[in-house]
Amino acid sequence: MEEQWRMQTEENPNFAVIDNYLCIRMPKEVDHHGAAAIRENADRLLLNEQVRNIVFDFENTSFMDSSGIGIIIGRYRKISSLGGRVYAIHADERIQRILKASGMSSIIEVLL
Amino acid sequence: MMRREAKGMKEEMKLEFDAISENEGLARVVIAAFLTRLDPTLEQLQDVKTAVSEAVTNAVIHGYEEKGGKIRMSAVLEKGELKLTIEDEGVGIEDISKAMQPLFTTKPEGERSGMGFSFMEAFMDRVEVESSPGNGTTVHMCKSFQENILSQSKLLSGQV
Ligand SMILES: Nc1ncnc2c1ncn2[C@@H]1O[C@H](COP(=O)(O)OP(=O)(O)OP(=O)(O)O)[C@@H](O)[C@H]1O
Ligand SMILES: [Mg+2]
Repeated sequence: MEEQWRMQTEENPNFAVIDNYLCIRMPKEVDHHGAAAIRENADRLLLNEQVRNIVFDFENTSFMDSSGIGIIIGRYRKISSLGGRVYAIHADERIQRILKASGMSSIIEVLL
Repeated sequence: MMRREAKGMKEEMKLEFDAISENEGLARVVIAAFLTRLDPTLEQLQDVKTAVSEAVTNAVIHGYEEKGGKIRMSAVLEKGELKLTIEDEGVGIEDISKAMQPLFTTKPEGERSGMGFSFMEAFMDRVEVESSPGNGTTVHMCKSFQENILSQSKLLSGQV
C-alpha cells in the first residue's frame, strides 16, 4: 500500500496512482479557478506514471460547473484512445445531475 | 415583522469586481447570501450559483480573454422573481444563437465543453443574451421564487 500511494506526495495529496489507476480527489468546489491545477497535476502523472484508468472522486465536492466537465472530457480524450476508462465515484445528487445533463454519464462510468 | 419582499417591494443589489478567476467563487458566495432571505432550498441555491458561475466564468475567459476587466453583477427580487444580470465590456459575441447551442465553444483547446449556456438555461427559468462584437456582453436570467414568498407570507400571517 505504501508503495502504491507513493505518488500521494506532500506536494499533491489529492492525487494518487494505485496500480494503473490515477485517483483524483476533487476539491469542494470545482470551477475554472481551480481547473488548471487539477489538469496540470493529472497530466504530469499521466505522462510519467503507468496509468491506464482515471478515477475522479467527488466525496468532498459540493459544487461543480462546466469547467469540471472540461477537466473530465480532456482526461477522457487522453485515456480512452489507449483503451482506458474514466470513473466518477461518490458523486452526490447535484454532481450526478451535472454529469448527466452534460452527457458525461454516457462516456464515463458513474459509480454510486 | 413582515419582510419587505413578502409585501411585494423591490430588493436590489449591485456588485462590480475584477474579471479574475478568484472572483468566480466570490460571485457565487454573494448571490447565495443575497438569496438567503428567500429561505431557498439547497437545489435552488445550487441552480443559481451554477448559472452565476457560468456567466462570470464566460466573462473572464471569453469576454476579457483572461486579460482582466470589470464584471458587474446585479440582482433584483420583485414579486417573487429573481432577475439576475451579469455584464462585461469585453469582446462580445458575433452569433448569439450559435453561441448558446449545447457543445458550441470557440475555445476547445482550453478544454471548454460548450455547456455553459446550456447549464444557465437548465437551471434558470429564462436566459437572454445581449451582445455584439466590440460591445461587451450582458446576460439576463430570471428564476421564480414565488413558492418561497407564498410560504413565507403564510407563515407570517399565521396561516400555517
Ligand atoms: N461573455 C462572453 N463574451 C464573449 N463571448 C462569450 C461570452 N460568453 C460566451 N461567449 C461565447 O459563447 C460560447 C459558448 O459559451 P458556453 O459558456 O456555452 O461554452 P464555453 O464557455 O465555450 O464552454 P464551457 O462553458 O462548457 O466551459 C463561448 O465559447 C464563447 O465563444
Ligand atoms: Mg462557458
